Amino acid sequence: MVRDISTSVCGIKFRNPIIPASGTFGFGLEMADSMDLNLLGGISLKGTTAEPRYGNPTPRIAECEGGMLNSVGLQNPGIDRLTGEIVPSLRKVYGGVVIANISGFSEQEYALCCEKAAACEGIDMIELNISCPNVHGGGLAFGTDPRCAARVTAAARKAAGHKKLCVKLSPNVTDIVEIARACEAEGADALTLINTLLGMRINIATRKPVLANTTGGFSGRAIFPVALRMVWQVAHACSVPVIGCGGVGTAEDVIEMMMAGASAVQVGSENLRDPFCCPRIAAELPAVMERLGIEKLTEIIGTV
Amino acid sequence: MKQVNFIVRENVPIAADTWKLVLEGDCSAISGSGQFVQLSIPGVFLRRPFSVSDVQDGLLTIVYKVVGKGTRYMTALKEGDSVDTITGLGKGFHPQKTGRKALLIGGSVGTAPLLLLARELLAAGKEVEVALGFNTATLVFYKEEFEKLGLKVHLATVDGTAGLKGVVTEAIAPARGYDYYYCCGSKIMMKAVAAYLDTPGEFSMEERMGCGTGICYGCSIQTNNGPARVCADGPVFAKEDMIW
Repeated sequence: MVRDISTSVCGIKFRNPIIPASGTFGFGLEMADSMDLNLLGGISLKGTTAEPRYGNPTPRIAECEGGMLNSVGLQNPGIDRLTGEIVPSLRKVYGGVVIANISGFSEQEYALCCEKAAACEGIDMIELNISCPNVHGGGLAFGTDPRCAARVTAAARKAAGHKKLCVKLSPNVTDIVEIARACEAEGADALTLINTLLGMRINIATRKPVLANTTGGFSGRAIFPVALRMVWQVAHACSVPVIGCGGVGTAEDVIEMMMAGASAVQVGSENLRDPFCCPRIAAELPAVMERLGIEKLTEIIGTV
Repeated sequence: MKQVNFIVRENVPIAADTWKLVLEGDCSAISGSGQFVQLSIPGVFLRRPFSVSDVQDGLLTIVYKVVGKGTRYMTALKEGDSVDTITGLGKGFHPQKTGRKALLIGGSVGTAPLLLLARELLAAGKEVEVALGFNTATLVFYKEEFEKLGLKVHLATVDGTAGLKGVVTEAIAPARGYDYYYCCGSKIMMKAVAAYLDTPGEFSMEERMGCGTGICYGCSIQTNNGPARVCADGPVFAKEDMIW
């Protein structure tokens, strides 16, 4: 039997539910010579701001049991290069869903970037990053207070025009459902969760933090249960679709995320360990579905 | 870039805390010296990057220093073990930039990638001289390998237990007649070399990496050409591009 692995998120069709998460797959083009990008359901591009950014000092990467920390700090070439050069180039080789991940340091910056992304033909969906833990006064500051999250979502919604708007939420909050509801009320078409958990490591020989930025975002296989729990909570509390993200590394993880309520699934740190993991996970899905008696992937969404 | 399951053929210590790992498998993605590979080590989350030290007859050699958990686990690899490897990563050395004679400058384990480079330069008909710096005699490796290629090797150790006493610039001082140099070592050592030599040259940089394949931007440094990923835009950078 042919297994149907297609899905859709707020009306946008995905040939499969696998999306490399923002920040773990560059701008897609980096891998264009090494793999067939069209094996990916979607690509969430690296977080982009109004102006180019170098990001934080190195070291920006640390490791821990079952995962890693990063403090890259939104290195990106700026929204104008994204919409003017990168997306048009990506579109020449990629026919799946292109998701522009937008970050900022003020409501105005978010709105400006959303407006420019909305005017870019090659972008199918805007993912509002209100959850980056690695920049001060931006990102996470908007995603941890329901009123701020609502305000920035409303501003982005207005600027994004007809483009679908997805808001990426932080797990570094007391009640993620409250934030999710606030974003939904202001017009978010979908929600991505979760971004990284705020973490830290110390080099006990030098007695200094491993990361130059002291703290960073914790991701990797170890965070899967946290992500799954939050996807389950939000999917059952909100009516907009949820894109599940956090610790996904296998086709089984994808199934589990979808059972918890995810309509599509992002794969993050696993791309750093295995740059070919996304097409591999997509290819493994039909066999896992067969084993579990699943005919159509969408039939399991939110069944738990 | 290619994912290859290599088979371990040899994994032996060649100096204090310094091991040589010889892997057999498809080396076709490796285009030249200065490139690196990423090994998957059971027990640690991220892969570990190592410069290509040599490629000959389907055998890939890397030299690693035991500095942490990942490299400690690597010492347990035995002949016949399979190692999930991503090969052919990064932009390597430019042997064609040497006019007549090259100086290869290695600091500690940074000496490793210079062996394949020496072979490439010799094959292209260039003359080669080598300057190596180590902290102490027990850490010295590859001196004989370079000498077997017929190359003059200048050696310095910080404590004077082998060769000249002092840092690598002591080993560079007696070298003569080169018009280009290639340098690999710690950042502090390479900065000193850049300041010491007026000759044009290039450096193989090291930075803590996430992916090694250019997609995470974890290892970016500032260069005179703007931000650059050590893993994908480097690891080799021209002297004039470097901001120390």
